[in-house]
Amino acid sequence: MRLTTAGTPSGFRKPVVGIVSREPLQMSGRADRILVAERIPDDASGLSGYSGILTTSKLERQISSVPTISSVRDIDHLRTSDIIAMEPRDGFIRTLYRPDSDHNVIFTTERCNSNCLMCSQPPQDSDDADALTERNLNLIRLIDKPPTRLVITGGEPTLLGERLFTIIAALRDKFPETYVHMLTNGRIFAWPSFTTRLAEIKHPNFMLGIPLYSDDSTIHDYVVQAKGAFDQTVLGLQQAARYGLRIEVRVVLHAITIPRLPQLAEYIYRNLTFTEHVALMGLENIGYAPRNMGELWIDPHDYQDQLESAVEVLSTRMMNVSIYNHQLCVLRKPLWKFARKSISDWKNIYIEECQSCGVREQCGGFFQWATKLHSEHIRPLPPAPDHQLPCS
Amino acid sequence: MNEVGEFVTAPNGTARVLIQKQLLRTSDLYATFKAKQFISDDSSSALLDVMATKYRTKYNFIEGFTKLHIFVVTLRCDHSCNYCQVSRQTADKVSYDMSLETAARSVELMMKSPARYLTLEFQGGESLLAFDVIRYVVTLAKKRAEALHKELDIVVCTNLANVTDDMLLYMRDENIVVSTSLDGPAFIHNANRPRPGNNSYELTITNIERARNILGASRVAALMTTTQLSLQHPTEIIDEYVRQGFHSIFLRPISPYGFAVKTKGKTGYQFDAFLDFYRTGLAHIIEINRKGYDLAESYSKILLTKILTPYGTGHVNLQSPDGAGINVLVYNYDGDVYATDESRMLAEMGDHTFRLGNVSTHAHKDIFTGEPFLNLLSAACNQSLAGCSDCAFQTYCGSDSVFNYTTQGDVYGHRPTSDFCRRNMEIIKHLFKLISSQDRELMRIFLAWIQNTGLREISERAPS
Repeated sequence: MRLTTAGTPSGFRKPVVGIVSREPLQMSGRADRILVAERIPDDASGLSGYSGILTTSKLERQISSVPTISSVRDIDHLRTSDIIAMEPRDGFIRTLYRPDSDHNVIFTTERCNSNCLMCSQPPQDSDDADALTERNLNLIRLIDKPPTRLVITGGEPTLLGERLFTIIAALRDKFPETYVHMLTNGRIFAWPSFTTRLAEIKHPNFMLGIPLYSDDSTIHDYVVQAKGAFDQTVLGLQQAARYGLRIEVRVVLHAITIPRLPQLAEYIYRNLTFTEHVALMGLENIGYAPRNMGELWIDPHDYQDQLESAVEVLSTRMMNVSIYNHQLCVLRKPLWKFARKSISDWKNIYIEECQSCGVREQCGGFFQWATKLHSEHIRPLPPAPDHQLPCS
Repeated sequence: MNEVGEFVTAPNGTARVLIQKQLLRTSDLYATFKAKQFISDDSSSALLDVMATKYRTKYNFIEGFTKLHIFVVTLRCDHSCNYCQVSRQTADKVSYDMSLETAARSVELMMKSPARYLTLEFQGGESLLAFDVIRYVVTLAKKRAEALHKELDIVVCTNLANVTDDMLLYMRDENIVVSTSLDGPAFIHNANRPRPGNNSYELTITNIERARNILGASRVAALMTTTQLSLQHPTEIIDEYVRQGFHSIFLRPISPYGFAVKTKGKTGYQFDAFLDFYRTGLAHIIEINRKGYDLAESYSKILLTKILTPYGTGHVNLQSPDGAGINVLVYNYDGDVYATDESRMLAEMGDHTFRLGNVSTHAHKDIFTGEPFLNLLSAACNQSLAGCSDCAFQTYCGSDSVFNYTTQGDVYGHRPTSDFCRRNMEIIKHLFKLISSQDRELMRIFLAWIQNTGLREISERAPS
């Protein structure tokens, strides 16, 4: 599914955030709307009042004072009520929010203080926090119906400092019912001054998703390419829990994290008992991962022993554990009930072998970039009785 | 094992290699020692804050100070059990029942405890013979607890022989739990617990049923006392508990007090015989669980909680600091305050060493700053007792000053000749043998015990 497109910008210098309308609107309803159309009215009065105009047409000249991107390559994916951002510099058009999706994110920054070997979204050293914060506050302002859930992500969101608190407070005030999940490396929570500030916001429906890759500090620090990160993250996890923040621990499974996975499960139980959910996640073949694949790749079929022991440790100690990003045909049957359809709708695919599979409906499928690399054990399965299937 | 309760199973000789700093930094074992906070190096700080949190969690049971308050409302009893230390066969209410004035003073003293969650336990003699005292204390204690914003759990320990429906309805309405004695099948129970008519077993079984019907099954518990006779019959005793529908059994060592010591010929037994009894019993209990009936063994459950979880447990006779006074106080019928149930039994034998005071002459602070309590406290922490402080099992074990005094003459005790030490060493070793057997179902059974759930619930959560 497409989330970005681009064209030729004109008539604006600051980024524009607005709500897509595929139909022309009465003058009174044009505020914050971006008209998206193949062809647009050729008189300026037909365009005034919109926040922006997108068209596939090629324009010889600027047609109005309204921010416009013309010659847009593709607008088919843009639907009325989507919230999008228009960039003046390069004519980039990014979908920020789709009201009918459960996978919307608030993207805070491209910066990160870690540099994980398998990062799916490699960090950029750009000073983007102010601009993105403004965009995100605009986005929150424009969302109409309360979303079920939102994910705050990056980069590393906590690098925003005070600006992050502003965003979370805005979400608390406008959508207190919306479940907000923030993905962070958790290192900054080792500092009580930051942790208490976040806790004081008292968002009623907020959880941190923090990755921990090993019980061995050397391995964790190597995976995230930052010395001392393990200590900060573990301390941060405890500190965050102490101030009442809810915690999910996320583990990406690959050749470096697999050997000590059962020990990590035990470590989480013993040291991070407050963890509400542990997500054991299959590797995404994107970002840094492809170039480090020699070191990272292990066929999921070959780590079922370690995976099952880790799940045994956590589940029998009353901890909630899920397996993300795995296909049912590579998971051992006893583990099926822990599998979740976890891949965001816009990057979720099935491959040719899946066509004739009897449990496809219950299977989480693949990331779209898995076409290049996936387990050698992908095969169609016969239908299975209900009690064996993952609970969706 | 280390001070936060972590353990590592390693090949023989590992300790020496570790101390000589010859363990390969790249080995799995090295990483494990580091992760479990046995060692630290320059690649990772000791995460002292994390250790401190773990240590605090292990000792959380100390919070609130004295939580269990035992009221001995009468010494009168209709039974004349071989092992009982204190009971009297008499109709003399005046001499052996707690007066209402003493009861009121005892409640006041109990309410001085800083604990927010208090347990009030009635004992005897046969407590129900002084039912009017129980009613008086319950009413008063509930009123005081409410005023002070404390939560109160109430337990009546009774042989149930004389229980009436009115009493049971009262206990139901007041949300009181019943704890009774069941020593095994009739031939053991009636031999251990003589009463006129020799029908203790029949009365107990009938009245457990009545109590369950009125209070609900989960509100009726049973405790068994081990005697020489019991030692020959672990499986029969356990089967009796299953037959009666109990889901927990406590394979208790006999206490070295009162009549139990005096009549050593009858109830005294060899130490090894108890260990055999315990091991055979535990194996039988595990088999019963494997067959689908949930039955927890309470002594193992206490130790397994300390071994397998980040938590500690505050079982009076198996904790450090020792629970005497710190976790439990006993208010005797005559107003004397004792550190433990065992202390007042010792007093019945003429030794008042652990009489901490009297409710009519001692305030809360007098009791906890007086000589008898300080004497107890001086040996309360196994972290600083010779033979314990450097013992691998120190975190999992406890200290028992009253036991030391009774069996060895002083509160400090002598570990090499201590039955307390030997018994716990053997039992803990046995549990470790079971834990390291890599038996998935057994581990699930243990986890069911310590998490107060059933094997089936655990298995439904687990990979299957």
